Amino acid sequence: MLIFIAKSASRLLVFVGLVSLASTAQAGVFNPETFMLKNGMQVVVIPNHRLPVVTHMVWYRVGSADEAANESGIAHFLEHLMFKGTKKRSNGEFSEIVARNGGQENAFTSTDYTAYHQTIAVDRLELMMEMEADRMTNLVITPKEVEPERQVVLEERRSRVENNPGSILGEHLNAALFLSHPYRNPVIGWKHDIEGLNIDRILAFYKRWYAPNNAILVVAGDITAAKLKPLAEKYYGKIPSQPETVRRRAKEPPQHAERRVTLRDKRVRQPSWRRTYLAPGLQWGDKTHTYPLEVLSNIIGSGTSSRFYQSLIVTQKLAVSAGVHYSGDNRGPGRFIVYASPMPGTSIDKLQAAVEEQIALLIKGGVTSDELTRAKTRMESKAVYARDSLSGGARVIGSALAAGLNISDVESWPEHISAVTQVQIQDAIKAVFNSNRSVTGVLLPEDKSSGINK
Amino acid sequence: MKTIQLFWVEVLFFAVSLLLILSITLPAQAITAQQVTSPGGIKAWFVADHTNPILTVKFTFRGGAALDPVGKEGLSNLVSGLLDEGAGDLKSTAFQQTLEDLAIGLSFSSGRDEFGGRMKTLVRNQDMAFKLLRLSLSNPRFDTEPVERIRSQILVGLKQNLEDPHSIASQALFKTLYPTHAYGRPTNGTIGSVEGLKAIDLRAFVQQRLAKDNLIIGVVGDISAEELGKRLDTTFGLLPAKAAPWKIEKIDPISKGQTIVINRDIPQSSILVAEKGLMREDPDFYAAYVLNHMFGGGSFTSRLYTEIREKRGLVYSVSTGLYPFDNSALILGSAGTANKRAHETLSVIKTEWDKMAARGVSKKELNDAKTYLTGSFPLRFSSSGRIASMLVGMQSAQLPIDYLQTRNSLIEAVTKDDIKRVAKKLLKSENLVIIVVGRPDGIKSTN
Repeated sequence: MLIFIAKSASRLLVFVGLVSLASTAQAGVFNPETFMLKNGMQVVVIPNHRLPVVTHMVWYRVGSADEAANESGIAHFLEHLMFKGTKKRSNGEFSEIVARNGGQENAFTSTDYTAYHQTIAVDRLELMMEMEADRMTNLVITPKEVEPERQVVLEERRSRVENNPGSILGEHLNAALFLSHPYRNPVIGWKHDIEGLNIDRILAFYKRWYAPNNAILVVAGDITAAKLKPLAEKYYGKIPSQPETVRRRAKEPPQHAERRVTLRDKRVRQPSWRRTYLAPGLQWGDKTHTYPLEVLSNIIGSGTSSRFYQSLIVTQKLAVSAGVHYSGDNRGPGRFIVYASPMPGTSIDKLQAAVEEQIALLIKGGVTSDELTRAKTRMESKAVYARDSLSGGARVIGSALAAGLNISDVESWPEHISAVTQVQIQDAIKAVFNSNRSVTGVLLPEDKSSGINK
Repeated sequence: MKTIQLFWVEVLFFAVSLLLILSITLPAQAITAQQVTSPGGIKAWFVADHTNPILTVKFTFRGGAALDPVGKEGLSNLVSGLLDEGAGDLKSTAFQQTLEDLAIGLSFSSGRDEFGGRMKTLVRNQDMAFKLLRLSLSNPRFDTEPVERIRSQILVGLKQNLEDPHSIASQALFKTLYPTHAYGRPTNGTIGSVEGLKAIDLRAFVQQRLAKDNLIIGVVGDISAEELGKRLDTTFGLLPAKAAPWKIEKIDPISKGQTIVINRDIPQSSILVAEKGLMREDPDFYAAYVLNHMFGGGSFTSRLYTEIREKRGLVYSVSTGLYPFDNSALILGSAGTANKRAHETLSVIKTEWDKMAARGVSKKELNDAKTYLTGSFPLRFSSSGRIASMLVGMQSAQLPIDYLQTRNSLIEAVTKDDIKRVAKKLLKSENLVIIVVGRPDGIKSTN
């Protein structure tokens, strides 16, 4: 599920990789230091002294799910425009300065947050802080910058969505899954909304959400909290706080009907099937199911020795790919996604029946004690790898905080995973696998017999 | 689906590894590479790192998909998907389960010029990790079930590529540039060639291509040089001394100004342009590298980015890259834009191509490029995997181990005159091979 949209595609893949890591490896491994500035901006430091380098990130507690009706895509559009000028700097100067100093930068927007980041030699950190603090409140945009950028965003939408039938289906699936919650809108926005966003509305959005008390500074690398604190106070601490913003989102009502969305497109050469269940998460529904669902997703759908892979691909030979994905760290509803793509010669109906049989087995018998033990070992081992990357910890902690979680939610992850029991998993299975809270999506080639898109 | 790789993805990976190779110049005090030679004579470049109890081994066997026999295209790719699907006494499921239970990462990949692999393990599980690596290279099983399973996954990927605009463009581009050379053949094969591959082909590949004399190794992590030496012998010592003799002809791409439009009903045209580039060993390679950064390589500051994206809003992504293969070289550009603006986008690309060739760059542009390229070097060392990749990449490009210390001076030495001379030599817009996939307004195929 691609819910992350970046200014440039170059880093996107990297980030998606880290997010999947995050969902399995939020171990008590990062050992961050944290403090609060007087204006309400939280600061987190994750020391990593391998190299004289830092990753500097500013996260805003605002994402596409905080947009007003008819303004889908405004959070992401603003993210693009943040690279234009400020009162102090001309259009493009920000990126020129970062590059001239040997830095690499990007930004990304998701449903729950927006973040800006640079990775650079530690002796240039202060310059990055000065510039990032500057654009938190001093952005200057005129039609001269906005109009070409609108075209860029529309091209981004074409390449991500409109050129790709699987992505088009994905948008329809989300819109069908959420009856009311704003997760139903794509992060990049609907085309007509992107076309209609005007400067006044974008600036109003900026003014409302971009403030120190709605932001989190995360710095990872060759730095300590003691060294960072005076710099954070100097650049971010002097920005006045704004009236508190409340993230008011439409609530998702109880769901009572299963839905099915089918896309037939002549571009499709390989059919695929997926079902998304509305699921509890750490901040939505019965949160006690979250960790059991993470372990469950590892047991049934992660890797080639997982249940789904072994049963649907190796033994029954009905699928070429199969797996699951669970996200329980959103601010809003979580999603439990089950997917498979058929072997040539296998019908979608037959494949669906086989997946449903696997789910029925789970509902009836849960998981075995051996499966549970092995999953825990795998998940806890991966936490060690998470420490290796410079910016991995910054991304995990930043996204958690910006979505409304605490550092302790991240750091206590291994304990929570190791405490999961078979009974808890059984309860979570029963809570999540309810067809009346699901959407099934099917991607098919065009029906040649009738010659039309049905 | 670990084995399904888009053709295009490979191209991008190549660009990334190139970037890495050119960016290794961390001060010696930060990271020091040393050569370790095992008692049995196997060499590896090694960076000790005791920060975390993990170990990363990357390796490459020279000679990649370009060596797949005619009619057996996709052989090395299929092998890359199967070496971790059962070896020695361990059948596929047992092998995979051991990897997953011990959180050992083991994977293989094939490119045009090399067949590579990666092993990542927690130190406490290294005995098993090295054992599984040894088995996978020396004694893969190629049982029928995994062979057919992975084959069907690859076939699905190939089928999907047939409708993926980037893949379509990329395949057409290489076929046009190299109509009779191995580089023009699809590295992952065709549906027909992959369907025809047999277990005997897979075994022959392992016997002929995985040997000590074409092996390059890079290791990073929590191990001593002495211990690593022993591990090298037990892991790679069983490989044959020599790979089967092989040769790929050096060749210039055929780029004499040609436009090919491939019609597809999609809203955004996918554009690729390419012509002859510079080989890695060319004395002007560094000038070309700095030039490419200013022209289309630098992410948010290049000329193409500024002219095509920032000023005109024509694209979301536009870039160029240098592709120095072992036996040929390209400069390649890519862009994606709405069908109705494809003509304008292509015109601006060509105009910029000509402008750079005619006038070169300003002193400020060159200085900014140099401070970026030299200043960003430490960023390449941000994880064990990236460091190990560089150790392999340096050896692959036959660079000295002290390249870590000398690389920045090679960048610094590039002058404004060098850029002008190389731009004139390299950028000839009239020679570009242009591939457009979509329904582009105002662009027609030549001939």
